Amino acid sequence: MNAQHAWQVAAFVILPYVALTVFVVGHVWRYRFDRFGWTSRSSQLYERRLLLIGAPLFHYGTLLAILGHATGLLVPKSWTTALGVPESAYSAFSKVAGTTAAVLVVIGLAVLTVRRARSDRVRAATSRIDWLAIGLLWAMIGLGVGVTVGYNVLGPGYDYRETVSLWMRGIFTLSPSVSDISAAPWIFQVHATMAWLFLALFPFTRFVHFWSAPVWYLTRPFVLYRRRRGEVVLSPGESRGWRTFGRSSAGPRL
Amino acid sequence: MSIRAQLMMVMALDKCLGCHTCSITCKQAWTNRDGAEYMWFNNVETKPGTGYPRRWEDQERWRGGWMLDGKGRLALRAGGRVKKLTTIFGNPDMPLIDDYYEPWTYDYANLIDAPAGPGTPVVTPRSRLTGKPMDLTWGPNWEDDLAGTLAPDDPALSGVEDEVLLRYEQVFMFYVPRICNHCVNPSCVASCPSGAMYKREEDGIVLVDQDKCRGWRFCVSGCPYKKVYFNHLSGKAEKCIFCYPVTENGRPTVCSETCVGRIRAVGVVLYDLDTVAAAAQTTRASDLVEAQRELLLDPHDACVAAAAERDGVPHEWIAAARRSPVLALAKELRVALPLHPEYRTLPMVWYVPPLSPVLDTLTAAGYDTEDPDEVFPTVGDLRVPLRYVANMLAAGDPAPVQESLRRLLAMRIVKRRRQLGEGSPAAVASEGGMGLDDVERLYRLLALSPYDERYVIPKARREHAGAGQAHHGDDTLGGRGRG
Repeated sequence: MNAQHAWQVAAFVILPYVALTVFVVGHVWRYRFDRFGWTSRSSQLYERRLLLIGAPLFHYGTLLAILGHATGLLVPKSWTTALGVPESAYSAFSKVAGTTAAVLVVIGLAVLTVRRARSDRVRAATSRIDWLAIGLLWAMIGLGVGVTVGYNVLGPGYDYRETVSLWMRGIFTLSPSVSDISAAPWIFQVHATMAWLFLALFPFTRFVHFWSAPVWYLTRPFVLYRRRRGEVVLSPGESRGWRTFGRSSAGPRL
Repeated sequence: MSIRAQLMMVMALDKCLGCHTCSITCKQAWTNRDGAEYMWFNNVETKPGTGYPRRWEDQERWRGGWMLDGKGRLALRAGGRVKKLTTIFGNPDMPLIDDYYEPWTYDYANLIDAPAGPGTPVVTPRSRLTGKPMDLTWGPNWEDDLAGTLAPDDPALSGVEDEVLLRYEQVFMFYVPRICNHCVNPSCVASCPSGAMYKREEDGIVLVDQDKCRGWRFCVSGCPYKKVYFNHLSGKAEKCIFCYPVTENGRPTVCSETCVGRIRAVGVVLYDLDTVAAAAQTTRASDLVEAQRELLLDPHDACVAAAAERDGVPHEWIAAARRSPVLALAKELRVALPLHPEYRTLPMVWYVPPLSPVLDTLTAAGYDTEDPDEVFPTVGDLRVPLRYVANMLAAGDPAPVQESLRRLLAMRIVKRRRQLGEGSPAAVASEGGMGLDDVERLYRLLALSPYDERYVIPKARREHAGAGQAHHGDDTLGGRGRG
């Protein structure tokens, strides 16, 4: 085993566990105390044209990218081999799907970022945590595209399933292998680090709307009825549930 | 049978003087907040006109409400469940804030801070969205009293001879105050992917659960009346709440309470949940008004009362339904009509159509509007105002509007004849299809409108408020529903 540097332990062991803890606890906290703030904070009311181009591209691209990461990182290579998928076929498929996702996400995010920066109305409604999230998203996605397109499509190619994926699964089995991830090219290491930072920020941003994907709308009855409740209703600011993250509890900004 | 009680409102359009007191008091009560500046839970539109938001009635554009699919079944005009989920990243039918108006304030500080100079300091408008100076080119009630003659842009004018309409002697105008219709078949609730919107079982008020709303915005586009709004700062939907904290205590909504012209009546109606789908799926447009009238049950009917009691409608609510001013105007006296019944949402705010445009036209054409022999035969010939009102209140069918107007006319002439002691009132009443006691009842509700007869609102029963009293949002969604 190679000697482990302190920074490697910090980046590849400590950071992932801290990030995952913040991710889980942050979501629980947010859901319990800021359900009123749990929304996509859509800005479609301010600007429609660019949003209708950028948002579907970005979201569909992101969903594809998430699926790709889940497959590449969580499914062991031995499983796909056992299923009779040859390495060349897997690699070709991952290149095509990965490049598609990269194109969709980059174009979509570019349109959305330009829109957010250029439209006075949208910019005025953008908080600091939104800009931080966008910056982190660009860093993470830029490196990710570098991995997919720069390394695997145009470059020499790298089988991350032999190193990065092993380390990743090791995190979930509580035996992260620093040497595996250390063996990967630097761009994979930085991309992964950005992703951990992003996950730690995630519960405190509008990205929480990811968990609200309303798939059960497909099966529920159209018109819902509820009985009136007998509880004491608190005014905004009195109840913890009305406190919105990123804004003072006293009232709205502006 | 599954009987539900519903709070319903009727507005008599002839009595609306367009003072906007309802809008202002509503705004001060409910939308006087950041992010809600542009929202008017209650607004008053001049008709003909484009309305708020602009051209809201153009469902080819906004695709709100319901329609019948190829097999005659009810379907959301904007598309079904799969369409909604696949377009959730950008709602294709949602209005822009400019379709309402860009909210603004003024830089009042300039009045105090301006340096000494020869001129008087002034305030200039500043956008509430960006804080920057802006030119005012559109705003709330911009087309008041036909200002700017935007009337030709009114979608409800389609099918009306518009070249005739804007000729001076043909011009007519009336006001339409609008709130959420608290529909029996609400398409906003059906459009909400999160299941945050619901109809209250006790009184039919349609609400948004602010803790469950995720800001997908399909309610905004799904409501054909554009009466669900998006709070652009909180990222959640908001709408008229029928002033439930007030109505629960047996008092009328703020818009009703403060109405100068006493145009509004609020009361209870009973309907059968099992007949809702059939009423909404009525095939022929000309049957829609009658189908929606039939939905309202007769609370004097012993079977209805017994079923209501069985289904948990409190005794006072059934008693209130028997004294209901809105049931009288909508069903018993047949003068009130639903707003755009063709949207098939079964709205629960109805309107008594305005007689004044018709009388004005008659007077301009040289008729004696007090002479029944002259007036009644001509009502049906007044194509322009009649067709226009029919497009608004009867899915384009002039017959229900004509019926209502004949009754209103008959009431006026009967009361005049009784006052002057001339002619035979009973014959005139029967021209309107009424007996003299109907005329008196109509007169009492529309002309005198005593406070506790135009508002018959039972208090909410606290002991019926449900067992789980501790938490907000722990209810079983999707449990009680109708698909």
